[in-house]
Parts: sequence; structure tokens; C-alpha cells
Amino acid sequence: MGPSADLAIETRHLTKTFGTTRAVDGVDLAVETGTVFGFLGPNGAGKTTTIRILSTLTRPDSGTAEVFGLDVVRRAEAVRARISLTGQYASVDEDLTGRENLILLGRLRGHPWPRARARADELLAAFDLAEAAGRSVKTYSGGMRRRLDIAASVIVPPDLLFLDEPTTGLDPASRNQVWDVVRALVEAGTTVLLTTQYLHEADVLANRMAVIDQGRVIAQGTPAELKSSVGSATFQVRLRDAEQRAEAERLIGSVLSAAAHPGGDPATLTVSVTDPDRASRALAELSAAGIPVADFSLGQPSLDEVFLALTGHRAEDDRTAQEEVA
Amino acid sequence: MNPTRTAETSPSTADAPVAATLLSRDRPTPPGPLAASLAFAWRALVRVRRNPQQLFDAVGFPVMTTLVFTYLFGGALAGSTREYLQHLLPGIVVLSVVMISMNTGVALNVDISKGVSDRFRSMSIWQPSVLVGSLLGDLVRYAVAATVTVLVGLALGFRPADGVRGVVVGIVLVVIFAFSLAWVWTALGLAAAKPEIVMNVSGLAVFPLLFLSNIFVGPDTMPGWLETAVGLNPVTRAVTAVRHAMAGTLTAGDLTAYAVACAALVLVFGAITGVLYNRRRHT
Repeated sequence: MGPSADLAIETRHLTKTFGTTRAVDGVDLAVETGTVFGFLGPNGAGKTTTIRILSTLTRPDSGTAEVFGLDVVRRAEAVRARISLTGQYASVDEDLTGRENLILLGRLRGHPWPRARARADELLAAFDLAEAAGRSVKTYSGGMRRRLDIAASVIVPPDLLFLDEPTTGLDPASRNQVWDVVRALVEAGTTVLLTTQYLHEADVLANRMAVIDQGRVIAQGTPAELKSSVGSATFQVRLRDAEQRAEAERLIGSVLSAAAHPGGDPATLTVSVTDPDRASRALAELSAAGIPVADFSLGQPSLDEVFLALTGHRAEDDRTAQEEVA
Repeated sequence: MNPTRTAETSPSTADAPVAATLLSRDRPTPPGPLAASLAFAWRALVRVRRNPQQLFDAVGFPVMTTLVFTYLFGGALAGSTREYLQHLLPGIVVLSVVMISMNTGVALNVDISKGVSDRFRSMSIWQPSVLVGSLLGDLVRYAVAATVTVLVGLALGFRPADGVRGVVVGIVLVVIFAFSLAWVWTALGLAAAKPEIVMNVSGLAVFPLLFLSNIFVGPDTMPGWLETAVGLNPVTRAVTAVRHAMAGTLTAGDLTAYAVACAALVLVFGAITGVLYNRRRHT
């Protein structure tokens, strides 16, 4: 308790071993109340095990974990009253209809039957499931299951919501719906811990994030901090006339005192910069020298590059992940 | 959610209808053990309603057994098929609920391997209510199966001496026995890694339980050691109580032997189930 009162989650040296595998290996996390925390890592990195410990499903071997200052082992009952869990696999009963699932969970949250039914109908309408309300969940698409899953988690809006890979396997439209729901939750005051394999997803949604690999947190910070800790910004220009590339390459090289690399496109040049001001000077020099620029960008390296730099290996399936969110 | 929204949604929009539902400040107190158990019993009944042929599958075997034993062996065993049916049918009622109660273990094993059980376990509810609730829901299945078996028996010429009262008492005894026996299957359902294992092991266990009993023939024709084993079988005690209840000859001794068998099943296998359930919860 004490100083951690404004933290939704705090863990110290959390470990969990299965057989000889250290699934979670000394994880320290601090998640502020009212924020979205992104937990990024490849399959088997320890994301799900950490969530299972925090949601009172699994006991840690050593270390401590607190949710709103409550120890997840000793005060498990009090923790459960403030959290909701949306697991990696649909945490709803496939044999029941969408409406029956929400009524059951409404009862289990303590609503009387009439209120449980009314709340179920309210949520089915809001989550665009009214038409499928009377169908068994078996027949639902992946996106519909996810929406039902999240609706089930907000029957009583929780103080802390765990979303374990909420958009894995979803099409872009369904994924955007899930993102909108996460934003609405945070606006309503819920703290969200979400795990993802999609670097872009953590970048778009999370206030802070941790990168986990082989049970260890290898980096923690805002998405921007993580990116800047890894490398400098990237400045890219595309010339209107590809013939002028050699000349532009010399000019940019001298202004930025760094080598400009020709891109795959015959009219583009890419160069690493440490000071964004000098990139604008380079643009001015190009214009003065009569070299028109079609477009330019100044951006930080992608989280994909962050992961590569931090772990020495690429995030698993990172290519497909990037394409899916692109 | 608005179904017409496309993938190009701007990143700053939050879903307005969803946002409205999140403003609910309705914070009910978590349910007590009874309310939670009844909610799970409701779930079990909804599943039966969704899948009624499961009930008829379970009744099919007892009906076949009744026909085979009555018309094939009945004459040889009791002199006439009609006379044998009077002896056999109460035993078949017990057999039918024993067969149905096996399903409890398989269903539990399937249930705990699904994501939904993680959700239940992360909620602020009395955790045994998941088990107790589905067993309560099963009581209805047992009562339906027992009633259907009695009705089939009546159609074939079963005429219980104690009439409606005896049949009702018999069915109540059968249902309580099945509830007690179900703890054996829940323990097995929690101990086994896969539903197929539960099905195979309970299938193997159920045959000695049913055949080394007094369902089909009186144990007084058996060798002494076997007669003792049959006498200890809880199924024998349940069959004796049900048979005598329907015939109007139920004694205090029958009831005591029956109650001891039921209590022993609940205490021993209920305790094993509890231990296994707690162990399973924390891995």
C-alpha cells in the first residue's frame, strides 16, 4: 500500500516456472491508474502467464504483485471484485447464446435477474450484437466473439481490465472496433492492461508499454521513449526528378554531415538524423539549389525496429503483424 | 457499435453507444454462495434445453437393457417375463441415472479446459458454486431420466405395488443417489487430462458397478465372496431401497444402508474433488 496507492498494478521480481521453463523471470511493472499499458512480446514470452498471475488465476513462485495496492495472492477475493479478464481464447460459453452468456455473468456479478436481462440487452445493442443475441456463440465470427467477450467484461465496468491479445486474428474493421472500445473504457476511467504481438497496436493505444522476451522485461517506457532510446530519427525525401538524386545526395550529406542512402525508389533518399532542425535546413538547401521535393517525412524508427534492436531477434511473425495493421 | 463504420475510422473516436453503457455506476454486491450456485444451475439447464438428444441418448441404453433382459432372459431368470420386469425395473431406473451421471465428469473436464472457466475463476464468487451449480442442474436431468424409465416400464407392464407414492419416493431416492455418485465422476473429471480419458475410465468403472450389483439377479445365487462384494456396492444399496420403496416394503434398515452409501460417496469423493479443484485452480 502506501506510495503505490495511485498505481493500478505494481509487481516486484515476479517469477513463475513451469517445469524447467521460466515463463516469468523477475518481472517488475508499474501501471498508473487510468492509463492503457501495452505488454508487447512474441508468443511464449510470458505475457499470458503474467496476466494470469495478476488476475489471481495462477500463483507466482516468488516476488509480489499488487492490484490497487492489494496483494493478488493474499487479497485475491478483493482483487477479483475490481478486475475483469478477457482471455486469449474467448472467455464465454460457446453452448449458450450471446444473451444467455451476458445474463449468466450479470447474475454472477450480483445483478438480480430482471436487471441482468436488461443489462444484457443494453450491451448487446451497444456492441452491435442485437441481431445475433439469440444465436449460440458457436456460430459467431471472430470479431463478434471478441465484442461479446469485452461486453461480458464490462457488465459492471471494472476498475482494471485485462485484455489478452484482443485483436489477434481479427480483420481490420473488427480490430478498429476493439480499439474504439478500449478508448471508451479509458475515458470512463478504467485502467487497461493489454497484451499484443502487434507493435503498431501498442503504439496506437498505450500510454506506456513494456517489451517482454523470454520472461523478462527488456524495456519499459512510453512508445516514444522506447523508440528514441533505440536510435535516431529517420529523414526521408522523395524528389520530383530522379535524375537529380546524385546531386541531392551530396547536398544532404554535407548539410546533415551524415551519409544519405538511396532508397529502393529511384527518387528517394534516406538519412539518419540526430537533430530534426537540420532536416529542415536540408530541405531549404534543396529548394535553393533548384531540386524540387515531391514529399518528405521525418519519423522515429518503427517499434518493429525497436524490438529487433532490444532483443537481437525479430518479433515472431512481425511481418504478418505489420501487414495486418498497415 | 455502428456497423457502417469502416476501417478508416480516425484514431481519436471512441465508440459512442459503447461509451454510454460504460457510464453505468451500478455496483451490485457480488452474489452469495446460493445465488451463484443457482446461476450455474440455470446455465446447466439451458444447456440441456439446447441439447435435448443428450437426454434421450442416455435413456436409450436403459430402455434397450430393459427389453433385452425382460424378454430374452426374464423367462429363464424369474419364470415369466412379466414377473421379472417387476423385479428388474427399479434396478433399471438406478442404472439409467448412473449412466447419465457419468456425463457430469466429462462435461466438467471440458468446461475447465475452456476460456470461460478462467473468467469464472477471476470473478468474486464462491468458487465451488461452479461445481455445486452444475450438479444441482443435473438433478433435473436425473429426475427426467428416472421418470421416463418408469413410464417405459409402466407401458411394458410394470405395476409397482405401492402405486404413485412408492414411485415418487423411489425417484427421489434415485436422484439423491445419482447426486452422491456424481462426485466420483467430478473427481475423475478433474484428475484426468482429457475428456476422452474421463469417458474411457468412467466407462470401465461403471460396468463392475452396474453388473456386480443386484440390478439383474439376486446376489444369493452367487458365490459367498462375490455376494459380499455385491452387498458393499453402493449401487446395490440404492437398488434395494428403490425396489422396496416402489413395492411398499421399505424398511429402516434399507434406508440406513442407502444413506450410509450416499454419505460415504459424498464425503470421500467430495473431499477428493475439493482437493483436486483447488490444485487445478492455482496452476
